[in-house]
Amino acid sequence: MGNQYTKKTFVLEIVGIIVGLIFLIPFYFVLINSIKPFAAILIDAAAWPKEFKFSNYAKVWNVINFPRAFWNSLVITVMSNIGLVVISSMAAWKMVRTPGKFSKILFIIFVSAMVIPFQTVMIPLMKIGGTLGLTNSLPGLIIMYFGFGVPITLFLYHGFVKTVPVEIEESAMIDGCSQFGVFWRIVFPLLKPITITVIILNTLWIWNDYLLPLLVLQDPELRTIPLAASSFFAQYTKQWDMGLAALVLGITPIIIFFLFLQKHIIKGIASGSIK
Amino acid sequence: METKIQTGLVNNEAQIKSVPKKKVKYKSLLTYAAFVGPALLFFLVIQILPFLMGVYYSFTSWNGVSSVVEWVGIENYKQIFSDDKTFFNSFMFTTKFMFAAVIISNLIGFSFALLLNAALKTRNILRTVFFIPNVIGGLLLGFIWQFIFVKGFASIGNITDIGFFKMPWLGDEKTAFWGIVIVFAWQISGYMMVIYVAALQGVDSSLLEAARIDGASSWTLLTKIIIPLILPAFTICFFLTISMAFKIFDLNISLTGGGPFNSTQSVAINIYQEAFQNNRYGLGTAKSILFFVVVAIFTTVQVRLTKKKEVEA
Repeated sequence: MGNQYTKKTFVLEIVGIIVGLIFLIPFYFVLINSIKPFAAILIDAAAWPKEFKFSNYAKVWNVINFPRAFWNSLVITVMSNIGLVVISSMAAWKMVRTPGKFSKILFIIFVSAMVIPFQTVMIPLMKIGGTLGLTNSLPGLIIMYFGFGVPITLFLYHGFVKTVPVEIEESAMIDGCSQFGVFWRIVFPLLKPITITVIILNTLWIWNDYLLPLLVLQDPELRTIPLAASSFFAQYTKQWDMGLAALVLGITPIIIFFLFLQKHIIKGIASGSIK
Repeated sequence: METKIQTGLVNNEAQIKSVPKKKVKYKSLLTYAAFVGPALLFFLVIQILPFLMGVYYSFTSWNGVSSVVEWVGIENYKQIFSDDKTFFNSFMFTTKFMFAAVIISNLIGFSFALLLNAALKTRNILRTVFFIPNVIGGLLLGFIWQFIFVKGFASIGNITDIGFFKMPWLGDEKTAFWGIVIVFAWQISGYMMVIYVAALQGVDSSLLEAARIDGASSWTLLTKIIIPLILPAFTICFFLTISMAFKIFDLNISLTGGGPFNSTQSVAINIYQEAFQNNRYGLGTAKSILFFVVVAIFTTVQVRLTKKKEVEA
């Protein structure tokens, strides 16, 4: 719509900036109060801090063992992503390239499972997880993410593979390339755009997930960032000086991730949801 | 003689052909399994098996501890429908919340999208700002807003003397409800905005130019041309917000914890507590199956409805 900068656009610009500032107010409150002493928060939460007190951060860093929680979240997110990309892209490619009733039914089952709420699965899953030794372990949790992430990941790959021309694969196959060779050397690089989308969507989900890790991981050493934050709040209720520092620490990694990759993320979110 | 030899030859040929054919088929089946198998295996063990077990356990008195699982028929379901007021209340809360949250977050998200679609100089920055809350998980967002409602609003109220900020937000049933709606909208609107923006960019601008030359007002342009053209985006956004709002857990548990007096307890929280705090796994699974049925109905009805509109438009 209209490229010229009119008076109306100017008014819209002002409206946009005001709404944007309102949107950011919660972050302002959290940031400024995280460096105040407790008494100052109680007196006036809106005021600019008189002194900067970073000892809140130092304390919280140790109490929640932030490096440990960060490491756990990172390992879970990265490993789950790698596994999901590998198993789902392979399955999606093979299913698209082997048309037939079986592939079709399989696809429908995968897709319809997306409607099942997590709460419907979680209670028996904890029993199965206990039997298979998946509980209270990071690899166990990662395997569970494989299971929960497959439907959406496979669905996205499935849609994308259909747009990849089959001729290149056929000529490579004639040249004596094995199926695995064809897939990993020729097809997989072509899937890069959707792989980026898939990784972004799964990272945002797994990094922020709370309930599954809560059920699976009991050992404090294994806590992810959301788990560490929630157990911290359960212990230090209403101690806002430390609580806010914990929140800032908790949201910083994912916000940095977003700011660095925002172009890809916004594009990925849009294309991931439209399909 | 000759014919005999020939048939023998044919037979032989068929045999020679059929052996590798079988082998090829077997081999291709094997590669199919190698490619699809891992994904299918994880999916079956982690989602389908527990789902089927859940259906079974919902007819039992399983408590998660004792090894004896007693079949009780539809007893759990009967109990849920006849005498579980908290569950009924949490269903009512979740449904009401869903309607409010879906309407408000889509309204805001769509307005943001229209705003960004104008040739603003700050559009990239604004897009980032509106989207940021979405990358933070519901749990941490809930804690952040707990502070905003309890301390932030109070101090803004003291400065500005506006009644809105002086309400007991999370301490009162009515305002706690709207508190969750506000935070949900704050989190989700940016996400919806991104989808709407992508759809708006696909609208042919020459169509709008033509309509404007014909004297159509901005409002007619919006309601008669733009919205009908991007109905698929509405289908997606409504689908996403309905299922997210209906399954709300993280944000709910950290913001209000279901209080005050269980008035803001979502179905997801109710099921969680029934199973893992009251240790009534059988009852919990029965609730979770009902939950699944309702979610499935809501989402399919919505998709059908909007899809029908898409066809009509």
